[in-house]
This record gives sequence, structure tokens and C-alpha cells, in this order.
Amino acid sequence: MIPIRFAPSSLREGRWYEYVIRFALGGAATVFAGLISSWYGASAGGLFLAFPAIFCASATLIENHEVRRKRRAGLAGKRRGQEAAALDAAGAALGGIGLLAFAAVFFLVVEDSIWAAFAGALIAWVIVSVAAWYGRRTWRFVRVAWH
Amino acid sequence: MTEYVVRFFLGGLVVSAFAMLGDVLRPKSFAGLFGAAPSIALATLAIALYRHGPGYAALQARSMMLGAIALALYSVVACQLLVRLRLRAVAATSLSLIVWLIASLGLLLLVGGAT
Repeated sequence: MIPIRFAPSSLREGRWYEYVIRFALGGAATVFAGLISSWYGASAGGLFLAFPAIFCASATLIENHEVRRKRRAGLAGKRRGQEAAALDAAGAALGGIGLLAFAAVFFLVVEDSIWAAFAGALIAWVIVSVAAWYGRRTWRFVRVAWH
Repeated sequence: MTEYVVRFFLGGLVVSAFAMLGDVLRPKSFAGLFGAAPSIALATLAIALYRHGPGYAALQARSMMLGAIALALYSVVACQLLVRLRLRAVAATSLSLIVWLIASLGLLLLVGGAT
């Protein structure tokens, strides 16, 4: 069984300005991708559709939340914060494979049907990302059990 | 100008939605998948289709494949910097941007994408 669960309470740990920063960075990265496309062409601009602009903000946010949580329990929390951010980065590496699938499906389908391209690309992203995550998780369990 | 204002708000909205979804999901390694969500891509490709048509969007998606490979590499390097060198998240993720730039531009030159 896959132990994926929702923890809506974690949204309360965030401060309002952290969400504003993420919104602004997301908007700025999208504008930047558009500018690169108009200055250097669609090929160069396309690279920036996978630019990890908000990953810096998200990882820092995760680290800060973990440090705050540990400090409330009377611990320093620096190491735990780094580990939480590293776990997020490990997940993003697998998500990158899903993003590759998204782009490949969109590229292959868009000239036939726009809606099918968006739907198919999103489905491909979900399936490939989750399969990569599940595969890695299973492999880790097998490796631990073997040793 | 209007196009860039639309880009900013659409991009900010999609990025925030995926990021918040990542915030409420556990375990953390699974939530990390949303760090590589196609948020900027959804907003940009939708605008590219509206403004330039499917051919232009297909060209962008083709290079996006190279950017995605660079993103996976970027995330692995950021993870290693956090675990092995014990850098703070902001330092590790910012330094790794160099890896993303070199990898993505290198791959683009390698496959000969010039337009």
C-alpha cells in the first residue's frame, strides 16, 4: 500500500509573506520564460519551462518550517531542516522524469489536438512521476531488507 | 505589456496551486514531486498556443524535454549539497542553478536547437 496522505494543517505553518513570495517568483519565472522566447526564440525559451525558479523558495520554506517546529520542541533543528529540504529535492529529481514525459507527450500531440495534448501531458506527468517515486521507494526497501 | 501582466498572474497562480498541493502531501519525498510540477509550462504553453499556434508550442515543448533532464540533474546536485556538504537550502538550491544552466544549454547545443 502507498502511504500517501493529506496534511492540511501544514498550510497553517506558513506565513502570509511566504505565499506572496512564491506567487511573485512563479509569476516572474513565467514572464522570464516568455522574454527569453521572444529574445532568443522558442527553443531557448522552451528550456525555461523547466527552470527550477520556485524550487529555491520551496526548499527554503520547508527547511524553515522544520527548524521552527524543532525549536518549539526545544531543539536546534538545523540538521533536520536540511534533511527535509534534501528529501524534497530527491522527490523533485524523480518529478523531473515526469516533467520529461509531460513535454514529450505535449510535443507529440499538440499539432493534432490542443486539449488532448494538455490532458495527455498532465496524465503522463502524474503516472511517470508517481511510478518513479514508487519504484525508488520499493527499491530502497528491497536494498535495506537484503542487507 | 498586457501579455506580460497576464503571464505574471497566470504563472503565479498555477505555481502557487501546485506548491500548495505539495505542501499538504506527505511523505516529503512524494511532496517533492510537485517541486518539478509543470506549473510554468502550463501557463507558458497556453499563452504560446493562443499567440503563436501549435507549431511554436511544440518547439517549446521539445526544448522543455532538455530542460527537464537538466532539472532532474539540478535536483540530484541540490540534494547532495544538502546531505553531504550540509549547506543551507537557499545556498544549495542557488548554487545548483549553475548546474541547470550548464546542463540545459549544453544539451540544447548538443541537439542543435537554434530557433
